[in-house]
Amino acid sequence: MTAAHSIKRGVSLYSFQDEYFHRKLSLEDIIAVTAKLDIPGIEIIGDQMIPGYPNLTDAFVKQWHGWMDKYGRTPVCLDMFLDWNQYKGRVMTFDERVASITKDIINANKLGCTVIRVIHDVQPEIMEKLAPTAEKYNVKLALEIHAPHHLDTELEQRLIETFERVQSPFIGFTIDMGIYTRRIPRVSMDRARREGVNPVILDYVDEAYNNHIDNQTIMETVVKMGATQFEMPWINQAAHNIYVDPRRMLDYMKWIYHFHAKFQEMLPDYTEYSIPYDEIIPVLIEGGFSGYLDSEYEGNRHIQDVYEVDSVEQVRRQQMMLKRLLGEA
Amino acid sequence: MYDKFLIVEELLKNVEKDGQIIGYQYGARLPYYRGVVLSLVGEMDLTVDNEAVSPDQMTVTLHGNTYKLADLENIITDKWEFGEVGIITVLKPGGLKPGEHKFKVRQHMLISYVRGGFWGGDQKTLSLAG
Repeated sequence: MTAAHSIKRGVSLYSFQDEYFHRKLSLEDIIAVTAKLDIPGIEIIGDQMIPGYPNLTDAFVKQWHGWMDKYGRTPVCLDMFLDWNQYKGRVMTFDERVASITKDIINANKLGCTVIRVIHDVQPEIMEKLAPTAEKYNVKLALEIHAPHHLDTELEQRLIETFERVQSPFIGFTIDMGIYTRRIPRVSMDRARREGVNPVILDYVDEAYNNHIDNQTIMETVVKMGATQFEMPWINQAAHNIYVDPRRMLDYMKWIYHFHAKFQEMLPDYTEYSIPYDEIIPVLIEGGFSGYLDSEYEGNRHIQDVYEVDSVEQVRRQQMMLKRLLGEA
Repeated sequence: MYDKFLIVEELLKNVEKDGQIIGYQYGARLPYYRGVVLSLVGEMDLTVDNEAVSPDQMTVTLHGNTYKLADLENIITDKWEFGEVGIITVLKPGGLKPGEHKFKVRQHMLISYVRGGFWGGDQKTLSLAG
């Protein structure tokens, strides 16, 4: 029997990127799919599926809310990026970064979102500066912790210090569950093989990862094994994962506002090949998390070279798994 | 990512102006999961039939706007959207002869959260009708 909780399910529309890229599904089609799959919450990447982002037209905003009503969905989260290198020959100043994210906060509010996924390379000082604006627009800034980072890496510990000092319920974290990757996704191993990477090297990477050898040592060893410049990106993509103890979240649950339920491959038996969701979801329940858990399908990237991607089926399977683990099914 | 879909073969054709063939064009996409302002679109290395094409001879047309490749680094007011097919026009007197042509492209993306950015690439044999 699952303990009582108020965790809510959503989906990041990132999950349907393959179909959108090929223009097989429009944004409205995708929202219709989420209704069909009984997924209440919607997360969207502005730059991915809103042409002209961050310049939101009144027409688009009206259309967006029309779709939310028509399909009975709840806007939850807007994913932003900080392109601090976009000005030729220089980087964005502190004030320009604040202004850029302020625009995202205003946009999130226009779309009815109450969370922003803040990209990882945003400094604690910027989060602190933006806390009052976030509060004004009722949008939580949730900086994403994504592999190879986790709660105990340097930037994250500095952010926690800031959160503890500022004590604002509007600045905190998103956690991407890819940081709980127990074994290397076979879809990325298979892709590396198809690209011609030496199978001896791939077997070493697989075994080393399972024996908890750190990523830096693994990559140094593959270089010594003679990995070529061509092979390195494919090896890196497969090896670039981490596993840390999910229970560490319990020490910082106060600052965790949002989750990306990352997955690479949902099996026909409704389990994820490399991430032990049955061990992770109980921790969220134990910790009293009450925000959104948003499916984020990424395996499309590893199989699109030879397979027709079916994101809808992959998301359907993950949502069935999440329903079961949340005690809804 | 999306490397197998960067060159859009159905859009290959020669370009005519004032009764002369001045070059050719084909469709192109970016190897990235979101749209970007044009200053983040890095080098586009095109090789056709084993010959490198000079970027000075290339323009990209996006939703009606045409830009020289060399000018992209200064533009933050327009975007190449996710999955958007841009038309690449190559100036070459006489264009391409009918038949098969080997296209190879490498595209650099100047994405701030990856040190040095990252590259995508595609290669396809395209056919030009006679």
